[in-house]
This record gives sequence, structure tokens and C-alpha cells, in this order.
Amino acid sequence: MSPTLVNLAYLVAACLFIIGLKGLSHPRTAVRGNLLGAIGMLIAVVVTLLDKHIISYWLIFAGFIIGSGIGAVYAYKVKMTAMPQLVALYNGFGGAASLLVAGAVLYEAGVLRGTPQEIAVNAEFILSVFASGFIGAITFTGSMIAFAKLQGLTKETAVRYPGDQIVKIALALITIVFAYLMLVYPDSSIPYWFMVIVACVLGVLVTIPIGGADMPVVIALLNSLSGLAAAATGFVLFNTVLIVAGTLVGASGIILSLIMCKAMNRSITDVLFGTFGAVEGGPSDDEVYGGKVKATSPEEVAMLLEGARRVVVVPGYGMAVSQAQHAVRELYDLLEAHGIIMEFGIHPVAGRMPGHMNVLLAEADIPYDRMKEMDEINPGFKQVDVSIIIGANDVVNPVARTDPKSPIAGMPILDVDYSKTVVVIKRSLSPGFAGIPNPLFAADNCLMLFGDAKKMVEEMVKSCKEDFG
Amino acid sequence: MDFMTIFTIFVLASFVGFEVISKVPPTLHTPLMSGSNAISGITLIGAILSTGTQHTWLTAILGFLAVVLATINAVGGFMVTHRMLEMFKRKD
Repeated sequence: MSPTLVNLAYLVAACLFIIGLKGLSHPRTAVRGNLLGAIGMLIAVVVTLLDKHIISYWLIFAGFIIGSGIGAVYAYKVKMTAMPQLVALYNGFGGAASLLVAGAVLYEAGVLRGTPQEIAVNAEFILSVFASGFIGAITFTGSMIAFAKLQGLTKETAVRYPGDQIVKIALALITIVFAYLMLVYPDSSIPYWFMVIVACVLGVLVTIPIGGADMPVVIALLNSLSGLAAAATGFVLFNTVLIVAGTLVGASGIILSLIMCKAMNRSITDVLFGTFGAVEGGPSDDEVYGGKVKATSPEEVAMLLEGARRVVVVPGYGMAVSQAQHAVRELYDLLEAHGIIMEFGIHPVAGRMPGHMNVLLAEADIPYDRMKEMDEINPGFKQVDVSIIIGANDVVNPVARTDPKSPIAGMPILDVDYSKTVVVIKRSLSPGFAGIPNPLFAADNCLMLFGDAKKMVEEMVKSCKEDFG
Repeated sequence: MDFMTIFTIFVLASFVGFEVISKVPPTLHTPLMSGSNAISGITLIGAILSTGTQHTWLTAILGFLAVVLATINAVGGFMVTHRMLEMFKRKD
């Protein structure tokens, strides 16, 4: 194939990626959009395979078979609750692939000197290789740590030690020294691989201090980085489709990170380098809860629901942990059959990745038009008879509105406390990620249903069946 | 093509990216992440070239590892996104 035809094919692939992502703007067109993206990828791969410099195919196809096998098995078997881990893992693989390709091309550049296929080794080339390796390495190890945390292989809490910022800055400076060595000794690959090792350590250190509710921001950022690593590899190879595709992903991840940060009223630097939950001097648990918390039973909640017209469910990470979404779906069916409107109020940072709750609810066949964004559902809470909070805490803490000194001050929350009755399903009164008590639990209109989310919702369903029947 | 040309493509692509992605509703943010993740598997192209041209055994091995990882990323990413999006289809 002539270079023009190849580049035309790459252009088609790049357009398909853009059209495909555009398809994701509505659930109805999203399936087709994703398929268009996959077709774009297929076109780009097939055209590349026709490159006349390729002398052997068996290693490539061996890689295809192994990679598709692993990818397909995981894609098919993964539970929807484990989506954040899977995305973290795949992000990491993308980053690792980019750093390997950049390293290989750097080595080839030395080997091919003086041949017709010579690669122009100039400062732009070296810096592109550096960017690809640096971003790729951070994405790789950062994602592996994120995966280990989400999968429960390591503690999910933030790990901090004195002087951690200085260590990180020092490591970043060392990679810059290696970048300089790469420029001075362009024929050697050694500075590159040392730089990659340092960047791998940096990726670990940047990710371990981040935990819990900050995870969505990290996953989105790593998503962005995996795209930028691919784009940098595009600069190394002078390949336009890599640049366009990588940049699209980079933009997507950055937008999601910013949305998550805004939903927590925090800045990205605060998430990455700041501290959280270390605020002292707030009211203690006893001051907030002392004698004011009312416990309830599934039977009592069922009676409340029987008299309700509008019910809003606010899901949080706790719903994912106890896999309560299918029980919630049963409750939804029952209430809807009874003429009671049930909607879902979803906070942007509920769960461990953007849109996590929506996927779980979609898995349980809840129609997507019942899943409401925070801004959409908040004005209507005064007309809600019963709000049911399942495994969420900080995102419904009214302190964010009332106490400017609180660590979550100014964070947009779901105004469930305005509804007539609030039912909170929770194992105990333990605090959420912010580490502060929630006065909602002690409010006059709030009832606590202590127990496992799935079990409690199932018992509510049982009682509702008896009452409604 | 010179560096400035591909840098121009990069900048323009980022504007397109911001425009297109900001229209994705929060409900689809997880599929957006896994789907865009699959697209970042495009590194596969570079991996294929390093593996297939076999200039040295070292670059072929590096390329092969990259082919495996990028294929997992691309194939797994598109498939899991498809699985999720099917769930969002309205079931009447």
C-alpha cells in the first residue's frame, strides 16, 4: 500500500474514533458508537499489518491471540461492581505498551542509522520518547497500585510518610536528569530505561497516598495519562492516528477528573498532594448523635413506603460492596406496580469511578431515565416522601452546606434532609471517607436501618409484598 | 511531515476531544472511561511495527510484549464497554 493510502486509512480510523465517542452522548446511540470505535481500531491494525517492512507475522499474531484471549475473558467475566479495578488494570496495560514501544523505537533508531529506513534522531524525537516512557511508566505502576487498592489486595486508605512530597519532587528531578542524558547520548538506550525505572517508582509514590473516595479522580487521571502516553508514542512514530486517538482519551480523562473534583469541591492538586480528614476540633460523634439517633426496622420502612407517592434512592459505594442493586430493582418493581414513583439520585462521586452507580443500576435493569443527576433531583427533594440512602454518607452530609469550617464545606451534596422522611441503610454510625459525623443521622426526620444493604432491602421487599398484597 | 504539523494535529485533536466528551452524560461516564481506554490501545500500531520489522531480537521482544498488553487493552476495553452499554439499552 502506498503511504498516502495508509495515511488515508489512519484518517478514517481517527474519524471513527471521534464519531464513536460522539455516539456516547446518548444511551441509545452508545452501542453503535462503541462499535464504530472498534471498527476504527480494526482498520488501523489491518493497514499497519500491510506495511512492507514487516518481515514476520508469527510473533504479532501470537501477541494478538494471547492479548485478545486475556482481554476477552476478563471483559466477559468481570462483575459490574469490579469495573473500577478493570479500568485501572487496562489503563496500566496501555501505559506499559506505550513505554515499551517508545523504548523499542529508540533502540531501532540506533540500529537503523545509515540505512534507508533511518529515523531522524533530533531533540523532538528524544523528548517524545522521554514523554512516552515517563507518562507510560507512571500510568503503569500508578494503575497497578490503584488496581491493588480497589481489588482489596492492599489497604485502600491513604498511605503517608514524612517528607513524601520532597521524595516525589526529587524523583521527578532525577527523571529530568536522565532526559538530559538521553539528549546528550542519543545512541544509548540506557538512560531511557533508568528513567523508566525511576518513573515507575514515582507512579507508585504518587498513587499510594490517595485512597477511598478520591479514587474516582485517580482513575480518571490515569485514564487521561494512558491516552497521553499513546499520543506521545504518536510523536515518536510520527503517526497521526496515535496522536488523535491518544489526545481524545487524554481530553476525556481530564474532563472526568475535573468533574469529580468539582463534585467534591476540591482541586486536583489537593487530591494529589493535599491531606484530607485531618481536621481536628469538629464536633465529636457523641455531640452529634447522643441519644438522638432513631433506629427502625424493614417492616416499619415498608409501612412508610406504602403511604408514599415519591421515593428517591441515593446509592453509594456501600450498595456496590453488598451487591444490593438487584434487591433494589425488586423494590423498584414493587413500588412502581403500586403507583409509587421511585427515582435515583446519583452524586457524581458516588462509588469508586465516574458513573459507577449508573452501571450497577443498569445491570439490574433500572431504566436510565430514572437515574437523576444531582442538579436535576435536588430542587425536588421537598416533594419527596421517603429518601432511602443505601451505603452513602459524605455525599448526603448537610454539614457541607452549614459548617464552613468542615473538611467537606462547600461540597455539593444531595439535599435528602429536605424530604419528609429519610431512611439510612448502614451497618453502623461509622464515618465516611471525610472522617466526620453526619448530623443527618440524628435529624428528626431520619430513621436508621442498621444492617447489610442487600439483606435490609430484601427484607423491605418481603414486608412490602405482605403489606401491598 | 515536520514536528510542527503533528503538534498542530495534537492541539486541534484536544479541542475536538473536549467538545465531544463534554456532551457525554454522567450516566455513561463509566462506559466512556472503558471505551476511551480501549481507544488508547491504539499504541498497538507501534507495537505491531516493532514486532514485525524485527530489526533486532530485542526490539521484536519489546514489541511482542507491547502487542500483548495493547491487545488486552483494546479488545478487552471494547468488549466490556459493549457489555455495559447493552445494559443501558432500554428493555421494553
